[in-house]
Amino acid sequence: MNLPQSQPIRDFSDYRSDFPGLHQTVNGQPLVYLDSAASAQQPTPVIEAVARYQREDHANVHRGVHTLSHRATELYEGARDKLCEFINANSRAEIILTSGTTESINLVAQSYCRGMLKPGDQVLITSLEHHSNIVPWQLVCEQTGAELIVAPINDRGEVELDELYELMTGRVRLLGIGHVSNALGSINPLHDIIRRAKQAGITVLVDGAQGVPHMPVDVQALGCDFYAFSGHKMFGPTGTGVLWGRESVLESMPPYQGGGDMILEVSFDKTVFNDLPYKFEAGTPNISGVVGLGAAVDYLSAIGMEAISHHETSLHDYMVQQLSTIEGMRLVGTARQQASVQSFMLNEIHPHDLGTILDHQGIAIRTGHHCAMPVMQRLGLPGTARASLGLYNNHDDIDRLIAGLEKARQVFA
Amino acid sequence: MNAAVDNPQLQNLYRELILDHATKPRNFGRLAAATHNAEGINPLCGDRLSLYLCIDAGSRIDSISFEGSGCAISLASASLLTETVKQLCVADAQACFTAFTQRLTQGTNPEALPAAVGFDKLHALDGVREHPSRIKCATLAWHALHAALHQQPLTTTE
Ligand SMILES: Cc1ncc(COP(=O)(O)O)c(C=O)c1O
Repeated sequence: MNLPQSQPIRDFSDYRSDFPGLHQTVNGQPLVYLDSAASAQQPTPVIEAVARYQREDHANVHRGVHTLSHRATELYEGARDKLCEFINANSRAEIILTSGTTESINLVAQSYCRGMLKPGDQVLITSLEHHSNIVPWQLVCEQTGAELIVAPINDRGEVELDELYELMTGRVRLLGIGHVSNALGSINPLHDIIRRAKQAGITVLVDGAQGVPHMPVDVQALGCDFYAFSGHKMFGPTGTGVLWGRESVLESMPPYQGGGDMILEVSFDKTVFNDLPYKFEAGTPNISGVVGLGAAVDYLSAIGMEAISHHETSLHDYMVQQLSTIEGMRLVGTARQQASVQSFMLNEIHPHDLGTILDHQGIAIRTGHHCAMPVMQRLGLPGTARASLGLYNNHDDIDRLIAGLEKARQVFA
Repeated sequence: MNAAVDNPQLQNLYRELILDHATKPRNFGRLAAATHNAEGINPLCGDRLSLYLCIDAGSRIDSISFEGSGCAISLASASLLTETVKQLCVADAQACFTAFTQRLTQGTNPEALPAAVGFDKLHALDGVREHPSRIKCATLAWHALHAALHQQPLTTTE
């Protein structure tokens, strides 16, 4: 990768020391963590923000007049503001806090689609999707009699755009599409895809679980209607996530769940729902987690998503280049635009065995179908081994991976 | 295993016998004349194994085979299973299932098995006990055996 000459190359090794989870030995070897696509490690500022909140500021939000409740509310709502700025949302009303990408997508399927879809309507996805961007649509299609249709991918793991566009007929009411594939790392050309979908009058949801942690995201520039992502993949706590939705669309949607916080007034005759974003946030939320997510946004913003993207792109190039030197290596997923993830097979060695052999050397990768069984079926594989990067990985991690794979080759020699 | 591999825990898991059975599985294929069969699925990794048995009128496993894809541990375990229970009566095969799964999951030694049972070979899979995430790989074929003997066509490790 070529960095523009004017841009100082930042030393990412400094950031590594912020992640206590990375500094341990596993099976007698210093840990190499190459599984951030499944869940990322958390930096000290996130861990501390959660701990401080638990120790000093905990009370329920939006409830009390007392000081702690006020503090908890400020922290919780402060995180919403940070998230709003981070993805360039138009207003904080558009930031719905959820338990993660999965809940965000289910919310859209049930609140936006369930009342709107009719028999004969279609929901369009691609064969690159994570199960969370498949099953919620299957459920709502079953409930409404609508049809789920799927655009194919090619052997490199890229969505076949011509066929995707051909499927964008007047019957399609919603397109659900990933930003970056968690199984193959393919980056979808969202700008073009969304423009074509909007021309066809299709509502677009982007599954951004693997986008937000690795590159700048500007939801207004993208032009989609919904963008879903998870806190734990962007160095924040588990059980947190966001559904960003265009305000006008969110306004038109009925609540997803009923309970406290999402109402203005309740009597047995009638309930008046609260305004956005609270209409979609029933019950006591994951306050400490959201506080941590706010700290994660601060952490990422201070480094800069542009810089993180540069760092990871050059590291990904290095990883691909080094993996290719191994005899018997087959890279799975060779899209022309790829981010942070590389799937592979080594000789006839089953990915599960590779995972165990690497773990013995302190190297954490993911093996299996990566919650993307249709991708594996399309490629005719039971699963793959997958190394995925975060901002804290470095060349040394890649070199250890390569050495570990050489050892796996010896075991099965 | 190549002598260059210096890691004792790895050597304990991927013993010669395991690698041998994984790369050259015995009784591999489909039995056309099967009287009993079952498919085992490990939802965690998507591995699938099918087991076929011919059980004769005297409740003896006359022949047995398996097919499918899996990791070295699940293939070796399936291959060893077929060698172990072939020619056993159904009750002894069932005792083997119980003994093997208990040995792996609880680390307990089986109560005395009938003399006909050649259980010792299965000790090659003892290394799996140190790898909790791999125990289901080793028991997949055995769950399929249990299901087949109970006339259930499909089972999972969950
Ligand atoms: C592309 C993609 N979508 C959705 C999800 C689901 O995220 P979560 O489990 O945090 O809801 C993941 C996580 O694995 C993912 O990688």
